[in-house]
Amino acid sequence: MPVTLPPFQSLLEAHATDLHRFLVAAVGRHDGDDLFQETLISALRSYPGLRHADNLRGWLFTIAHRKVIDQARRRVRQPVPAADPPEVPQLDGDTLVDAELWAAVRRLPPKQRSAVVQRYLLDRPYAEIAAVIGSSEDAARQNVRAGLQRLRQEVTR
Amino acid sequence: MNATNSTNELRGGSDRRGPGRADGDELGARLRQAETTDVGALVDAALRRADAEGLVDVGWVVEDTPVGPLTLAATPAGVVRIGFGHEERVLDELAGEVSPRVVHLPGRLDEVRRELEEYFAGRRRSFDVPVDRRLSRGYRRTVLEALSREVPYGQTVSYKELAERTGNPQASRAVGSAMATNPIPIVVPCHRVLRSGGALGGYGGGLDTKVWLLRHEGALLG
Repeated sequence: MPVTLPPFQSLLEAHATDLHRFLVAAVGRHDGDDLFQETLISALRSYPGLRHADNLRGWLFTIAHRKVIDQARRRVRQPVPAADPPEVPQLDGDTLVDAELWAAVRRLPPKQRSAVVQRYLLDRPYAEIAAVIGSSEDAARQNVRAGLQRLRQEVTR
Repeated sequence: MNATNSTNELRGGSDRRGPGRADGDELGARLRQAETTDVGALVDAALRRADAEGLVDVGWVVEDTPVGPLTLAATPAGVVRIGFGHEERVLDELAGEVSPRVVHLPGRLDEVRRELEEYFAGRRRSFDVPVDRRLSRGYRRTVLEALSREVPYGQTVSYKELAERTGNPQASRAVGSAMATNPIPIVVPCHRVLRSGGALGGYGGGLDTKVWLLRHEGALLG
């Protein structure tokens, strides 16, 4: 029996704002806007093929998390040319006012980054974080802990 | 619950509360601080790109008209549904019967909106916008096609006459149910179908709307 999926519109209404916050937190405003659009397009592409409608929020954030990982890989392969302006958090139009902290968040490895942002900015339970980063719940806790530890070392109090 | 867990976490998993706040408390508070942006413009841009890649099966918009708000929906083939009011039910039904890729895409409805505006302003008597009739099947579809073809602006027909025109004179009840389930009212003019003898019959958008449309077309006096 085919699964009944809700109109994609209802996912946008329920989750688009948080999805954007997540991506801006993870990669900054400029790249966050791009990855947000790419996430929605990828999601629309695979939406009709979903075999169940459980945890559609987790499904959307998994796609977004993978975009963050892909972006991190691209960054490693193609270092930012010296001529480019340094990667500073843009306060202008940036929704994240605590520039120093968010710059440090964006230096975390992608799994820790997603885990910390899901946990604190979006206040998600570990089961959901685990689904998003594709790990066990214990590993999700561990990623949050490790991410926080690293932030404590990097961020001035 | 979540907040409490998070706070404990920031204290290194301890349940202790009290003085000497661990630095993690402050860090957690800082991590929660991020305003939300209005993502509407970004979503719209993404959906236009998705449409260009053929990923939007149903686009919809709500249009205000003299007979109240209408939910307009179209597939790439044409207008597939017009619903009275702004109803989530219409979108749910489209997700089930056409595709779950249903999103707000005003650009796809530009042509039907323009034609409706002209119709309501009295400058248009028939619709040229392509329609997608996939939500009607069998005899109902045959009847609705006959209606579009044979009953022009300002005229009315009875259920029985319409049944006769489809070569099926006994089918006036089936004609009635075809009208009641017309997915594309106004553009497919089921308001022009009345009971024999001139009684109004029913209308999905309410009898007031039916009367309004018939008066607007000059098919009903007063």
